[in-house]
Amino acid sequence: MSAQPDSIRTPEALDVAAVRREFPLLQTTVHGKPLVYLDSAASAQKPQVVIDAERDVYERYYSNIHRGVHQLSVLATDAYERARARVQHFLGAREAREILFVRGATEAINLVAQTYGRRNVGAGDEVLITGLEHHSNIVPWQMLCEEKGATLKVAPIDDAGVVDMAAFEGLLGPRTRIVSVSHVSNALGTINPVERMTERAHAAGAVIVIDGAQAAPHLAIDVERIGCDFYAFSGHKVYGPSGVGALYGRAALLEAMPPWQGGGDMISSVTFEKSTWAELPHKFEAGTPNVAGTIALAVAIEWLEGLGLEAVAAHEDELLAYGTELLSAIPGLRLVGTAPDKAGVLSFVLDGVHPHDIGTILDYEGVAIRTGHHCAQPVMDRYGIPATARASLACFNTREDLDALARGIGKVQEMFK
Amino acid sequence: MNDLRELYQEVILDHSRNPRHFREMPEANRHADGHNPLCGDRVTVYLHLAGDVIEDVSFKGAGCSISTASASMMADALRGKSVDEVRALFDRFHDLVTSDPSHAADQLDASSELGKLAVFSGVCEFPMRVKCASLPWHTMKAALEGAARASTE
Repeated sequence: MSAQPDSIRTPEALDVAAVRREFPLLQTTVHGKPLVYLDSAASAQKPQVVIDAERDVYERYYSNIHRGVHQLSVLATDAYERARARVQHFLGAREAREILFVRGATEAINLVAQTYGRRNVGAGDEVLITGLEHHSNIVPWQMLCEEKGATLKVAPIDDAGVVDMAAFEGLLGPRTRIVSVSHVSNALGTINPVERMTERAHAAGAVIVIDGAQAAPHLAIDVERIGCDFYAFSGHKVYGPSGVGALYGRAALLEAMPPWQGGGDMISSVTFEKSTWAELPHKFEAGTPNVAGTIALAVAIEWLEGLGLEAVAAHEDELLAYGTELLSAIPGLRLVGTAPDKAGVLSFVLDGVHPHDIGTILDYEGVAIRTGHHCAQPVMDRYGIPATARASLACFNTREDLDALARGIGKVQEMFK
Repeated sequence: MNDLRELYQEVILDHSRNPRHFREMPEANRHADGHNPLCGDRVTVYLHLAGDVIEDVSFKGAGCSISTASASMMADALRGKSVDEVRALFDRFHDLVTSDPSHAADQLDASSELGKLAVFSGVCEFPMRVKCASLPWHTMKAALEGAARASTE
């Protein structure tokens, strides 16, 4: 780093050893070896406070929410709505009613496609995504375009895994209704310039959806600063429970959108002739939600914020730089995705060894990584490979974890030499 | 590494490095494409049937060492066999790689008639890899039955 001394920020450094002690699963062994968990991009492990939070709900005040007048329902409803406020602050949203609880980022994107999309996209219109997207940010738009006779456009990526912004801007046009991009690529780790993308999308008269599933654990998010219309993330990637996530939507857009699923809690009144919809956010939250999981998600966010988002980002950046150097030095290894602006992901291929075999042998060393197409087959096609091995980083990882990965890769090469 | 060596036996590594019968077969009268959507492995199996006998077998595709070696050794094993013999072999191979590892006797039964293919007995200890070994076989069976496609899902 060539930064001037006075420009170096010094966030309080992360006490990684203390962080690790909070994760029960990190204390376990796999095939007799201490677990080295490098698969947080698929799903993060959970700290004890999150595990306890969910149990605490069931042991002390579980009830359905927004329903009863009894004490438990009041307590549960209150905790659930405090969780909404926590997510609102986490995302930098102006109002709590702009936060909708869903099952995860996938459901969030489908919600936008099926409500805003079906209302606003017609025959001959266009939806623009990028070549970096996860299947969850491709398929919902394909389904919408097919139904409406619209066209899905894809902004290409370069060899490093960076979206070609000139092409992106060239693909925006008067028929573009929706732009949907990942904040951080799950397969490659590329950080997209979402503020600039938002500005260009708005200039073209389109709304922009940001898939933040991979960004939320690594970057401080501010939807107001980005200026985006929708922002989706999943709880399980920010150390929270699986099966819960959130969608941020600009209030004016959410109010104009039709509901998605019909049912209890989302109505104002129901007769057999006609029903009217509840106010935001309840209009989009039909049925009994994941009450305990949502409350535990707020605890996970509070826990992550307690570590210091800057300290976490600095730690993961340092690990990414260390891992990049370490893996680059291995003969026959090629990193896939080398964008200058990256977060949390080391995707790679090895000469003469299929990623599946890498995964099995590393597993025997106690090292858990993801192998395969990472639900991003078009990204794999772009590089002409069927799959990669992907090590992904979290706040609890250490240089020793990456050293174990490198040693494991050595064993893979030994086996296949 | 001991268990790993059960999976990655030398003969398997050899076939994965130097797969036999790895070519397209223009004269094939049966072929099918196999795909494992979980990991992206793809294999095309070509058969040349003369009456009831498999005269030639080959394959193309991209996959891990286990699926490549399995396709290579399957091709070795099938040449000259009758369709009925091939079906029986399919069942035995399937039993071998999917058997419960605690039922060693079942495995012994299956492996005694499998000859060289018995080296895949270690696969059943690795549930995530069973589909790698069985993909070429499912694809071959689809080709025999005239289906265009086989999938492990």
